Amino acid sequence: MRLAASPLATALMLATGFCVLSLLGKDSWAAFTVFFVEPFGSRYGVGELLLKATPLTICAVGLALGYRANVWNIGAEGQLTVGAIAGSGVALFHAAALGAWALPLMLLAGIAGGMLWAAIPALLRTRFNTSEIFVSLMLVYIAQLFLSYLVHGPWRDPAGRNFPQSQALADNAMLPMLVDGARANWGFALALSVALLAWWFGARTAAGFRMRVSGLAPAAARYAGFSTEATIWLGMLIGGGAAGLAGILEVAGPIGMLQPVISPGYGFTAIIVAFVGRLHPIGIVFAALLMAALYLGGESAQIELQLPASVSGVFQAVLLFFLLAAELFIHFRLRRVRS
Amino acid sequence: MTAAAAPRLGLRGITKRYGETIANEAIDLDVTAGQIHALLGENGAGKSTLMKIVAGVTTPDAGRIEWQGVPVSIRNPAQARRLGIGMVFQHFALFDTLTVAENIALALGEAPPGRELAARIAAVGARYGVPIAAERSVHALSVGERQRVEIVRCLLQSPRLLILDEPTSVLTPQAVLALFETLRRLAAEGVSILYISHKLAEIRALCDVATVLRNGRVSGTVLPRAETAASLARLMIGGELPECRLRPRSAGEVRLSLHDLSVPSADPFGTSLQGIDLEVRAGELVGIAGVSGNGQAELLGALSGETLAASARAVRIGDRDMGRLGAAARRRSGLRYVPEERLGRGTVPEMDLTANCVLTGADDGLVRHGLVQYDAARRCAREIIARCAVKATGEHALAASLSGGNVQKFIVGREIRFAPRVLLVAQPTWGVDVGAALGIRQALIDLRDAGVAVLVLCEELDELFAICDRIAVLARGRLSPALPRSRWTAEAIGVAMTGDFSALAA
Repeated sequence: MRLAASPLATALMLATGFCVLSLLGKDSWAAFTVFFVEPFGSRYGVGELLLKATPLTICAVGLALGYRANVWNIGAEGQLTVGAIAGSGVALFHAAALGAWALPLMLLAGIAGGMLWAAIPALLRTRFNTSEIFVSLMLVYIAQLFLSYLVHGPWRDPAGRNFPQSQALADNAMLPMLVDGARANWGFALALSVALLAWWFGARTAAGFRMRVSGLAPAAARYAGFSTEATIWLGMLIGGGAAGLAGILEVAGPIGMLQPVISPGYGFTAIIVAFVGRLHPIGIVFAALLMAALYLGGESAQIELQLPASVSGVFQAVLLFFLLAAELFIHFRLRRVRS
Repeated sequence: MTAAAAPRLGLRGITKRYGETIANEAIDLDVTAGQIHALLGENGAGKSTLMKIVAGVTTPDAGRIEWQGVPVSIRNPAQARRLGIGMVFQHFALFDTLTVAENIALALGEAPPGRELAARIAAVGARYGVPIAAERSVHALSVGERQRVEIVRCLLQSPRLLILDEPTSVLTPQAVLALFETLRRLAAEGVSILYISHKLAEIRALCDVATVLRNGRVSGTVLPRAETAASLARLMIGGELPECRLRPRSAGEVRLSLHDLSVPSADPFGTSLQGIDLEVRAGELVGIAGVSGNGQAELLGALSGETLAASARAVRIGDRDMGRLGAAARRRSGLRYVPEERLGRGTVPEMDLTANCVLTGADDGLVRHGLVQYDAARRCAREIIARCAVKATGEHALAASLSGGNVQKFIVGREIRFAPRVLLVAQPTWGVDVGAALGIRQALIDLRDAGVAVLVLCEELDELFAICDRIAVLARGRLSPALPRSRWTAEAIGVAMTGDFSALAA
């Protein structure tokens, strides 16, 4: 039953989408084609799908490990941004000197940047018992403003005609392509490895076991003597590191430079992806592909059906809504009580 | 038969199956008005299932229920309540985050306003000897206090049939007598009482009729006053009841010592510990009596390392001062702990028995190089299941799928398997059936004989007298001197439970 929740929620989301589009006077079947057939129809389309699924998978896999341990990191978007800044810093200022080492060092710097940003809510939570939900969320906006400051100010490309963007990354700082004729890069392979690594960490390591126990039964974790603080730190740092990696992969992949906005909310969407994927790495890969399709469909729907840009957001929200509802009805039975 | 002469509750051929397992088969049972009727049987004999059927929690596969001679089908608990059936469950059905009054208001359906309800709770509590403060949060209550909430909740509904599932296991001897008075008064007022228990002495003292269940069937309906404890036990387990024996044994070196341990309670309704001194030696079984809520939770936390003491010297394990070290460090130096809450603390309910071995077995070979050794953990779980006769479908059974007694057997088996030097046990046999309780007691005695220092916190005096070398009483956060059990009487313990230790000067 528990596994059925995600497919069920997806089906209900599609049905709702049909109704909404019909009410708007659009041809529902045409919309369905735009959303779920066209993206898979060409090599380019599939490439775009994998490209979008990459940051979603990486972020969601990291967040899910924390969520399973009751560590509620909501600020992956901010950690993604700081990861992108840190990784790009390496690329912009040291790429020439580093040669083939540029890319690995950028990825490490991205991970470190994300971890640094996630360390702030972790520190405040363990020291002052603040809510990591609010602190991590508020830090998103600080990170975005910091990025905006950099590309408008010190890191702006002097030859960039005053556009708020950095220099383009050097070739040795860019991810190699996966296949010809599509924008997908090796980032997706990396995302799959991250998912595999996360599965191994959760299922096999003692640290993963301690985190799961902390999430399922906090009293049992205290009884066993597992450190609450270690769980919070690990949960936050893993989520932050993953988000930072996703951020630098975006810059070193499809974007190729720093600009004021580097993510259409991947860090937030990843929260939905994590839950649609049942907080399980394999489930998350599929959920990320579904959510990526919604992103792409939303983009084509704007062009082909003149639908507003927010249609992707609506579908994502409806999906999460049905998922939470399905969860509720799996755990509780609705009964009519006659008085 | 006219309605007046018909029994208040009649069960006719009640049968209930869960998959392959037969929980109840063709059960007949009559409870007349004003009768105190005992339902006797081991865990797994089908008592709980039968009572859930009567209380409307589940429905039977076959058979029928008659209420005042009229066939009824009880579809849900609300309907059972409307008929006048009240039940005090063994596993409490309370909301942790709500107060006592709010919990009771929920059950009443149409509750009177707050102040009036609080007054009625106080009145019923005083009248029937189950006092409870209406404004306290349930999460802060001890097990014993939670049971009081359940009893008060039922009494407020003025039931015609009151079902009590092992109600005395958490009461002082004086409180048990008071409860019996209450129940007799209720019976005299015409309320029928179904009394589930495995304490044979209580049943013989209190009950008019006893129906004995074994393996889901009625194995006899008897007049308990005409039976002996041994004959009742034979009906219940189908054989003779072996007895625990505590052979005198000289104790060894001090393994656990508390020195002037004071712990302020983190909970505003908790009890702070004041200047606790205690020594437990190798090969010695020491019991701490007292009703929960007198500092038991705080003492267990301070001993296990879940709360740290102010000074390292306050808690000494072996020859190391460990007051400032946490639960994992204390476990590594040989302190093992069987907590009171079996699901959610002693085990992770949603995990299987294999993973629950890893919970406290990390330093005993179940974790190597930071990796969980699932093969070793599976072997460990299988071993515990076999050695302690845990009723489970295997090492992959979820902890939550086991009955309370079997979870306890598993936890005790697990902690014993990891070779403790000091074993701390809270409520070792609470809600565990006679046979399993005996097995657990014997296991504790065997450990003591093998030279382990065993400390038991327990509310059942009979149990403490059966297994302990020395007994101390915890009352209002203070601990009495631990005297040899021969120097105690039930009355003396009752006095000490009020916090008066003056008669105990060594």
